[in-house]
Amino acid sequence: MSRRIIIDPVTRIEGHAKISIFLDDSGSVADAWFHVAEYRGFEKFCEGRPLAEMAGITARVCGICPVSHLLASVKAADRILAVSIPPAAVKLRRLLNLAQIVQSHALSFFHLSAPDLLLGFDSEPTKRNIFGLASSDPETARGGIRLRQFGQEIIEALGGQKIHPAWVAPGGVRGPLSAERRTYLQGRLPEAISTVQRALGLMKQLLDRYPEETQSFGNFPTLFLGLVGPEGVWEHYDGFLRITDSTGNIVADGLDPARYQDFLGEAVETWSYLKSPYYKPLGYPDGIYRVGPLARLNICSRLDTPLADRELSEYRQRVGGAATSSFYYHYARLIEILTSLERIGRLLDDPDVLSLRYRARAGINQLEGVGCSEAPRGTLFHHYLVNEDGLIQKVNLLIATGQNNLAMNRTVAQIAKHWIRGPDIPEGVLNRIEAGIRAFDPCLSCSTHALGRMPLVIEVRDSRGTLLGTRRRDATS
Amino acid sequence: MAVRTLTINEKLVSAPEGATILQAARENGIDIPTLCQLDGLSTVGACRLCLVEVGPSGRLQAACVTQVAEEMVVRTETPKLREYRKMIIELLLTERNHVCAVCVANHHCELQDLAVKLGVDHVRFEYLHPHLAVDVSHELFGIDHNRCVLCTRCVRICDEIEGVHTWDVSGRGTNARIISDLNQPWGESPTCTSCGKCVQACPTGAIFRQGSTVAEMEKDRQRLRFLLTAREKREWLV
Repeated sequence: MSRRIIIDPVTRIEGHAKISIFLDDSGSVADAWFHVAEYRGFEKFCEGRPLAEMAGITARVCGICPVSHLLASVKAADRILAVSIPPAAVKLRRLLNLAQIVQSHALSFFHLSAPDLLLGFDSEPTKRNIFGLASSDPETARGGIRLRQFGQEIIEALGGQKIHPAWVAPGGVRGPLSAERRTYLQGRLPEAISTVQRALGLMKQLLDRYPEETQSFGNFPTLFLGLVGPEGVWEHYDGFLRITDSTGNIVADGLDPARYQDFLGEAVETWSYLKSPYYKPLGYPDGIYRVGPLARLNICSRLDTPLADRELSEYRQRVGGAATSSFYYHYARLIEILTSLERIGRLLDDPDVLSLRYRARAGINQLEGVGCSEAPRGTLFHHYLVNEDGLIQKVNLLIATGQNNLAMNRTVAQIAKHWIRGPDIPEGVLNRIEAGIRAFDPCLSCSTHALGRMPLVIEVRDSRGTLLGTRRRDATS
Repeated sequence: MAVRTLTINEKLVSAPEGATILQAARENGIDIPTLCQLDGLSTVGACRLCLVEVGPSGRLQAACVTQVAEEMVVRTETPKLREYRKMIIELLLTERNHVCAVCVANHHCELQDLAVKLGVDHVRFEYLHPHLAVDVSHELFGIDHNRCVLCTRCVRICDEIEGVHTWDVSGRGTNARIISDLNQPWGESPTCTSCGKCVQACPTGAIFRQGSTVAEMEKDRQRLRFLLTAREKREWLV
């Protein structure tokens, strides 16, 4: 008889979700769905608010990556003010985004995924967390926590607070970095770089330890999308969109993010609050694409920082050119931390970050604006329409996790098909299914702009949809 | 000038005839919370936060509009008063949409400060969540009715200090709204001189400078004191 397996809640992710796995009459996996069960309605309640408030409001979409929303929001607002912001403001915003990438990636790797990777997918579930990691490998746990702290300290040094800093403003930023803080941050940089280099060493050993996971965790061809700078250099704040295929060929390049609706569609499924964006020329669901660290390393020509570029060459040798397995998200994430730290070092050495010319003032000069930046999880779009006075008329937020939705679903199905053998499903297999989702570092509160607890559930159903079993764990496991 | 002697919180104090209980208390270092009152403007007793207990029966009187009297006995801090003041703040919070975290006046707001000071850690009443507009038609300033507490400081400062009376109040009860001139968009007001006094007088984020982002709208109430001193005493104290 066919069955449906439910994993509810999915743990160690940012948001609230569950997974349904459908078994056919022979007990093999027929299909699997990744449901996001949250709804928040930011796009609706922002209507009528003044443009200048949008950054502060949309930052509340997420407590992990408020900076990403702040930046996409003020970039959309810059368009509406029709200003070119001061060079110092660009550098300060870049510094902020790099700090955000460091802290969020560190959280994803060290706090959320390292317990699986370093302690083992089949290890004791009660110890498979950051505390278990801290007792078995204190150096890695401590380094990871301090690395995340470093990212947060930069955000605080710039914005006055670690979470929801209301420091980025339409037209620029609200203040420079102080010389004292800059010196402090420069002093913290070498430790952060050595932490990530050590983690990269561990990561390479893990690839040898987990060949089966590498092959089965979301390993399939898709398109990859992200921002690139001049000459295709890795980019996180500005530039144009590039789309490549699974062999690394450029499918589209130089795409203006402001025209995202021309080439990106958003499909809606009845079983999830998370929309499923796709690349329009290929249609739905063939236009499946991935964003985030994996995509950004696939689409870029180089990282443009020496240590990270060396790592990138090795990465490309190991993954065979373009990476198609979502397992490599972890590896890509660490390389992105490294390049971000190197770039932070460069920016801290730049006298412009202390400049007092940091904000352009202007009124409402255009009625529509799109802001696009790279959030840690992938490309983020904020699209606003305002009236003549600058009051918001319409909002569309296209979130990184949403863009990975189709790929996350395929990943869940692939892992389930590969690992589930018959009706008795070991805990370690359920954990692998969750880990497949964790590789994307999804942020579900962001992707649905929704409110919720963190957890995920796995459900097993038969072919008639009858619920046969449920696995549920709380958010701390 | 005749002097009146009264007791505030068991302390014997004196105040000139015609002074209010609020003035007498402040002269003697006794703090009474206020919201609609602003030095230099007429008093209206609108917010009721300055309620005090007067006389043996503890009659409730607004300190800002009640004049001192000989042998008056006033209590400014009793459990009943604390409870009422807290309730007033809670009711103000429920009546409109006060979302501090994303408000332009976050950290610079008298309503927020009072809520903290009076220990309003939650609100017992249902929120009304009215659908209220934001008027940003003025070139320099905006008014967000969601954050307005109807203290009428803007109305009084515009009328009494600037002398143009652009602002007024329309409607009654929960339908009351601050309006500019004959209820037209602020940007179309034929009387507004764009002096910005109402921006400084407003205790919350209801009236703000255009383009203010979250927590950016700091109010400089010293400017009003400076203006008054300059006008009344011909002294320009900066």
